[in-house]
Amino acid sequence: MRTVLDPTGERRTAERELLPRPASLRGRTVGLLDISKPRGDVFLDRLEELLTADGVVVRRYQKPTFTRTAPVDLRHEIAEQCEVVIEALAD
Amino acid sequence: MQLPDGLVAVVKRECPTCVLVEPVLRELGATVWCQDDAGWFEHEDLELELSYRWNIETVPTLLRIEDGEEAARVVGWSREQWEGLTGVTGLGTGLPEHRPGCGSLSVDPDRIDALEARYGGTGLGSRRVELADLEDEHEAMYDRGWTDGLPVVPPTPERVLRMLRGTPRDPQEVVAVVPPDLVECTVEKVAVNAVMAGCLPEHLPVVLAALEAASADEFGLHGLLATTYFSGPMIVVNGPITRRIGMNSGVNALGQGNRANATIGRALQLVVRNVGGGRPGEIDRATLGNPGKYSFCFAEREEDSPFTPLAADRGVPGNAVTVFAGSGVQPVVDQLSRTPESLARSFAACLRVNGHPKLPLAFDAVLIVSPEHGRLFREAGWDRDRLVAEIGALLTLPSDELIRGAGGIEEGIQERLAGVELPKFRPGGLLVVHAGGDAGLFSAIVGGWVSGSTGSAPVTREVRT
Repeated sequence: MRTVLDPTGERRTAERELLPRPASLRGRTVGLLDISKPRGDVFLDRLEELLTADGVVVRRYQKPTFTRTAPVDLRHEIAEQCEVVIEALAD
Repeated sequence: MQLPDGLVAVVKRECPTCVLVEPVLRELGATVWCQDDAGWFEHEDLELELSYRWNIETVPTLLRIEDGEEAARVVGWSREQWEGLTGVTGLGTGLPEHRPGCGSLSVDPDRIDALEARYGGTGLGSRRVELADLEDEHEAMYDRGWTDGLPVVPPTPERVLRMLRGTPRDPQEVVAVVPPDLVECTVEKVAVNAVMAGCLPEHLPVVLAALEAASADEFGLHGLLATTYFSGPMIVVNGPITRRIGMNSGVNALGQGNRANATIGRALQLVVRNVGGGRPGEIDRATLGNPGKYSFCFAEREEDSPFTPLAADRGVPGNAVTVFAGSGVQPVVDQLSRTPESLARSFAACLRVNGHPKLPLAFDAVLIVSPEHGRLFREAGWDRDRLVAEIGALLTLPSDELIRGAGGIEEGIQERLAGVELPKFRPGGLLVVHAGGDAGLFSAIVGGWVSGSTGSAPVTREVRT
């Protein structure tokens, strides 16, 4: 038998339950997060149109740059103000 | 490990002084452990556990044990000292007055790491993973997801302890918080991955510095990993350490075949993979990637360079690393230029296509100037600032050529930017390095990734030894 040392960070990922999915978005507040990739706004503008037409309250957010994770204050703001968030990930 | 009260000795048969004192030990009735011959005295220490635990550095060592504790110790043969320790006079009649001993097998450099791993309080905190006898160790490590696809050196405790001798830093010291999982990475974890990459202990300080640099906030390692773009960390090493550890800055500097270059770059990538959790296909979403993501590390050729060392120019003289979000090597061919002005124009023409010829201020680049090209600048007295300034002037581009649709190419900058001039590179976005073999009128461009505060900025850190 040989022994080797674990090269990983030896982290245990915290498992979290998914929140229950809302049956309908009507009347709810939905955050649209633009990660600052080119043309992400085109996609989110159209989504805002469609959601607003469905009676959804839409709030818009933007990351300073797509190359970094969202600042903690921004994440907190979205969590405080919205019930659902949609993130536009790519160009 | 308990020793009996009374006189205790540790010897090895290969040691002439031990052979010399054999009759004395028998006369004293000492309890004797022998390191290399189980049949010589009544006890053997072939596994060297006793020798290790009792810090035997020389044989013979004679101890007086009282209540299980060491009360006195002498090493080698000295009649006066042996008589003092034992309280017996007239010992070893016919022997010389004194004779130095030999080195204990327990301090043999080839064995000390294994002994420390087996018996020592190693201080190693990593989880120990037992591999079964029937498991192929290379397959076992690949199956656990610990490799970059190539075989790795199994990180046994002995090898990791040996690797840790490459730095005076405490194994439990946190070197960096490594993205993407933001895990605190200790010197020990770096050593484990450096063993796997094939590093020697003397490479470890460079790996540690590279990790510190790559984990700096302005380097943006999280995004660099996650991007669909090609890049990964490229390491340029400066200072006398590059020669001391045998790094290559000359022939085939960016290529294969040099252990230090190959393994230092690989070690950084393995830390990012194993500790940070940045694995291809998971958080690493590169469309194509580039072969430098296995390893991309070389030394600057400081001798006969027209430029001051890169790291010194960036404020860190001496031994230092600079990390850059490198995305592959683009050749620059110019075999006819005989003036620095002409060669700078060739460089500018090739640098213009970095990323895309119609995208200014988007991506940084490293220009690696070869010795034959560098000679032109050296002889003309051009330093790095002069060359960068000349290229900057040549790459101040009319935005009308760059807007979307210009030249029949849809890619480009927004139309609202028409009618102005824009630089190809942001200030500080073009790095210049000297490297390569003596012959060849070729240089190289390593393109970067999204530049500056929105993406990745190059980072330089001292190598602490």
